[in-house]
Amino acid sequence: MVKVKQKDLVLYSGLIILGLAAPFLFSAFKVQLTYLCVLIVLAMTWNLQGGEMGYNSFGNILFYGLGMYLTASVQVGMFFPLAEWTESGGEKTFVHTTAQYFQGIGVGLLVAAIIPTIVAGAIGYAILGLRGHYFAICTLGLGIAAGEIAGGIEIIGAGQGFTTPPFPAEIVDPEARGKFFYFLSFIVLVLAFVFVKYIYGSRFRLILNAIRDNEDKAEAMGIQTMKYKIVGWMCSAFFCGLAGGIMGGLIGYIDSTDVAFDGREMGVFMVLMAILGGKGTLWGPIIGATLFHFFKEGLWTFILGWQYVALGVLIVVIVVYFPEGLMGWLREKYPERFGEVIDDKDRKAQVELK
Amino acid sequence: MDFLIFKAPMLMVQASLDGILLGILFALIAYGMALQWGVMNIINIAQGDLVILGGYIAYTMYLAGIHPAWGVIVSPIIMYFVGWALYKLVINKVVDRDLFISILATFGIAIVFQQLMNFIFGADVVVAQSEYGTTMLFDNSVTLPNSKIFSAFISVLYAIGLVIYMKKSRLGRAIRATAQNARAAKILGVDTEKVYAATFGINAALCGIAGALISITLTLHPYVGLPYTVRSFMIVIVAGLGNLPAVAVSGMGLGLFEEFADYILGTEFRIGAVFMLLVFILVYRRFKLSKKREYLK
Repeated sequence: MVKVKQKDLVLYSGLIILGLAAPFLFSAFKVQLTYLCVLIVLAMTWNLQGGEMGYNSFGNILFYGLGMYLTASVQVGMFFPLAEWTESGGEKTFVHTTAQYFQGIGVGLLVAAIIPTIVAGAIGYAILGLRGHYFAICTLGLGIAAGEIAGGIEIIGAGQGFTTPPFPAEIVDPEARGKFFYFLSFIVLVLAFVFVKYIYGSRFRLILNAIRDNEDKAEAMGIQTMKYKIVGWMCSAFFCGLAGGIMGGLIGYIDSTDVAFDGREMGVFMVLMAILGGKGTLWGPIIGATLFHFFKEGLWTFILGWQYVALGVLIVVIVVYFPEGLMGWLREKYPERFGEVIDDKDRKAQVELK
Repeated sequence: MDFLIFKAPMLMVQASLDGILLGILFALIAYGMALQWGVMNIINIAQGDLVILGGYIAYTMYLAGIHPAWGVIVSPIIMYFVGWALYKLVINKVVDRDLFISILATFGIAIVFQQLMNFIFGADVVVAQSEYGTTMLFDNSVTLPNSKIFSAFISVLYAIGLVIYMKKSRLGRAIRATAQNARAAKILGVDTEKVYAATFGINAALCGIAGALISITLTLHPYVGLPYTVRSFMIVIVAGLGNLPAVAVSGMGLGLFEEFADYILGTEFRIGAVFMLLVFILVYRRFKLSKKREYLK
């Protein structure tokens, strides 16, 4: 399946050991680490269709929010009546036992991964026929419409929100909740990485790149572009749904527009992180997400209230001045390191052209 | 779902009149968007936030004791310079680039605007009272605020003024020339940089007028800008660039749709319906074009 070189093996095992040890090393930052894992998953899977396929979507938040609502709904609905739970502080009347909680979240995450994937497949044919900015705006509309509609549906709490089941009280260890969600997100992260890495070594990636570079020509070469586009989007949706499910459990409260279908934060973050790191690279989104998270957490506490202004300015600066991202910049500077062979004559000719 | 509206003809008249008057306002914003999209080839996500900012200018005048209707003169003047400054700061760097970059960059601007407005004007829903009263029609069964009639009248007036300006004036001709072929216009001595800045300024001024009118007819809130952007985007893709009658008609159509959606689906789904309509329009056009093996460009 995935071929790993000797040099990379050291790197990967190091990272995995670091990931496993992180909640014990940085015990106070478990929630932040969970966020980081989720952000990396979102950035990496956004990159799959935003960077590799060239379909810049603002609408992956749709799958994220869908996953969040589905996990919570399944977790509650498996054992208790959902309508009464959301109606008036049902979390006080109904209490999950430990077994019920974990069963619920397990099945919930499964549903949260599968349903968004199916949704992506179902709407993919219609939406992915749009290209470029029409696709971007259409998915933006889709994400916001989902938030607005979810805010009007009574059974999932409508405008007043949905409290997800609290962590079972029978587990006394105060660290348990943080560790549980961290390892859950870490598993998803590893899964996502292995999956994306596998795609990077496969023919599928080349097809996606062909679609990005020139869709008409790719079609003329006999590639059934629509099929691959839909599959590409479904891959993103799968992991977005999982990430959303985990975040719903971690935050403990779902609001339709501020937590679940949060196009203003998460929806932009995933695009921004991928661009910051470098679209269309394996490590770019990972580095971008990590940098972004550190920047966000480090800076936002100091500029409380101004964080959105800072975010907006950051978006403008990144997009206007570093559209190629960190990896793109490195690639420009050290092309040899990326396995690109550049003829000296060619380089001179390029300079003269400029 | 509530189909009461189809049983009561007066409700229907009410919704239609409201929708058409509202639609004229939307058309004005959409015209600004079509202008800058056609000339500069950028999609401005911050369009709606410029509208809201214009509205807050009128609201500030109202707080200062001046009648907010004067906002339709003051607000565009201020907004012209806001737009011009915005162009010089950010937009000029994204004009020749990929459309996605302009979308993201203006998205960033939109976030900054929203948050700054939130700081300055507070997060409350506000409205400037014009105290124009209401007109009663059909035995008092249809009520029509005079402010809405006033806003539609002003919108039409400004739109006509702008069309004449674009046709007759030197700058208007330069803008049209740049829209047709920026490079050729440059060769013939048009300062395209200036034209772009002016176009963006005019667009912002149109937003300012619309905002001032919204402040007296509807409500203002720092975070309601995006629906206006989407509405104008929708009108433009239905009507096409630079086709003012079509923009007016599809604006009114959108207004009608919204009022009816409001009655039928309920107010909580109104904005959701607008965004879903956008998705449906795009998908409809995509299927229609794909029969000819084409796609939306």
